[in-house]
Amino acid sequence: MTADEIRSMILEVIHEIVPDEDLSDLKPDVRIRDQIEMDSMDFLDIIMELRKRYGITVPEDYYMKLSTLDSSVEYLEPLMKDI
Amino acid sequence: MDYDVLIIGAGMSGLAAGIRLAYYDKKVCILERHYRVGGLNSFYSRDGHKFDVGLHAMTNYVPRGTKSTPLPKLLRQLKLQAEDFALCQQRMSAVRFPEKTLRFNNDLDFFIQEVADNFPKQADNFQKLLKTIAEYDALALDAKPMSAREVVGSIISDPILIDMIFCPLMYYGNAQENDMEFGQFVIMFNSIFCEGFARPQAGVRQILDVLVRKYEGCGGELRLRCGVQSMQTANERVESVTLDNGEVLTADKVISSAGYVETMRLLPDYDPARFKNDIGPLSFVEFIMVLDKELSEMGYDKTIIFFNNSDKFNYRKPADLIDVSSGVICCPNNFHFDSPLPEAMIRVTNMANFDLWNNLEPEEYKAQKTAWLETTLNEVVKFVPDFRHLIVYTDVFTPKTIYRFTGHMNGAVYGTPNKIKTGATHLENLFLCGTDQGFLGIVGAMLSGISMANLHVLQRG
Repeated sequence: MTADEIRSMILEVIHEIVPDEDLSDLKPDVRIRDQIEMDSMDFLDIIMELRKRYGITVPEDYYMKLSTLDSSVEYLEPLMKDI
Repeated sequence: MDYDVLIIGAGMSGLAAGIRLAYYDKKVCILERHYRVGGLNSFYSRDGHKFDVGLHAMTNYVPRGTKSTPLPKLLRQLKLQAEDFALCQQRMSAVRFPEKTLRFNNDLDFFIQEVADNFPKQADNFQKLLKTIAEYDALALDAKPMSAREVVGSIISDPILIDMIFCPLMYYGNAQENDMEFGQFVIMFNSIFCEGFARPQAGVRQILDVLVRKYEGCGGELRLRCGVQSMQTANERVESVTLDNGEVLTADKVISSAGYVETMRLLPDYDPARFKNDIGPLSFVEFIMVLDKELSEMGYDKTIIFFNNSDKFNYRKPADLIDVSSGVICCPNNFHFDSPLPEAMIRVTNMANFDLWNNLEPEEYKAQKTAWLETTLNEVVKFVPDFRHLIVYTDVFTPKTIYRFTGHMNGAVYGTPNKIKTGATHLENLFLCGTDQGFLGIVGAMLSGISMANLHVLQRG
């Protein structure tokens, strides 16, 4: 997956978890949870969906790498380059 | 047979935990001793009448689109839609004490006005209480226990108003006599007064059907008539689980919704003396009556009435078989349904003494049920138009019935007074969910299952 594909994949995953939230104005470099209504349970589901869909395991210590869109793409790009 | 997770009990919490785990591809099996799911919130039929147990109403009702409250959270976590439960809102409920009545519906502002009208001097204090409640994080798993009587008593100075606030909150989820842990008070206050009551058209069956269908649809395995007889341990871990039929299962982790002591009792070296203060003392009796017409035809529109007839509201194990001085009267027909329920009913719940009921001989047990029905109804008709001539069928469940069908010691529907919020036990792969973990009510039970599955399984990789 390219960086752009990863970005839209993450947005799609978030949309599925919190369907009522408007993601169109999400700033890529600001904490996702500061911009939309998303609690720690919802955040866990991003991690779980990555595993369910792509077999990617994010260790608990790296959860904060997924806090913004940009940092998520940066963290996931090497892990998903062959997917 | 090796599983990722075994769950003991197919009640609301066990099913919710199961859905989370099965959805995320864990190999999971729920073991239920009864031939039916539901546990403390279930259903049965007798002589052609369909009855619910547990659920009078689902708490935590919020309109669609409301965010950050328990009901939408749990729907999201279970990947369910709001329509799946088809919730119909209550009409009007009330807390009735001698000389005072506080009505409430699903609009908090209405309740605030009722408090101000009935207790004008307490109106400001009540606002302060609302602020304290709003600022408290009741879902924090590491909060230090505080007495709700102390906290509320420091804000509101009228003892009658205090008791009137506590009455419904205690009846719908408190495991402790006369006081409540403040975190639990907040959960119950929000779920009843700030959010509200609703009921699926088909009652508890509808919720359970949705949960079972979702769970099995995600690949979860559900085994009914399959009680856990014991657990074997080694190196601080549960090594295997033995079923009533002798079959032995193994799993990486076990989540039990059976109750704290009820779970400890399955372990080798169980020492009853160590846990004697952890068994809940409080149980209930419920009289369920089928009527030949709806009470709304007699002008009675209340959904649920929480009543107290005595000078001081007592929430404790009674010295007699039943304490009729306070209780709950639920009229399941009085919700805003799309179409009327098949039968008119009224349900009356009172506090009851497990030991006294449990020790009765069968003939005496039957006779006492009949005698207490009459005593109870004499109290109830002070709050509801006299419906006694309309009764066409009556069924009763006692603390003994609750124990028989749920396995909860003492018939303690709200479990241990000493909640274990983290769900952790002394064994590293055994966890608790449900009533004894401490999120209350039906929505709380499901959230408990979800949180424990998240915390102890999914988050651990």
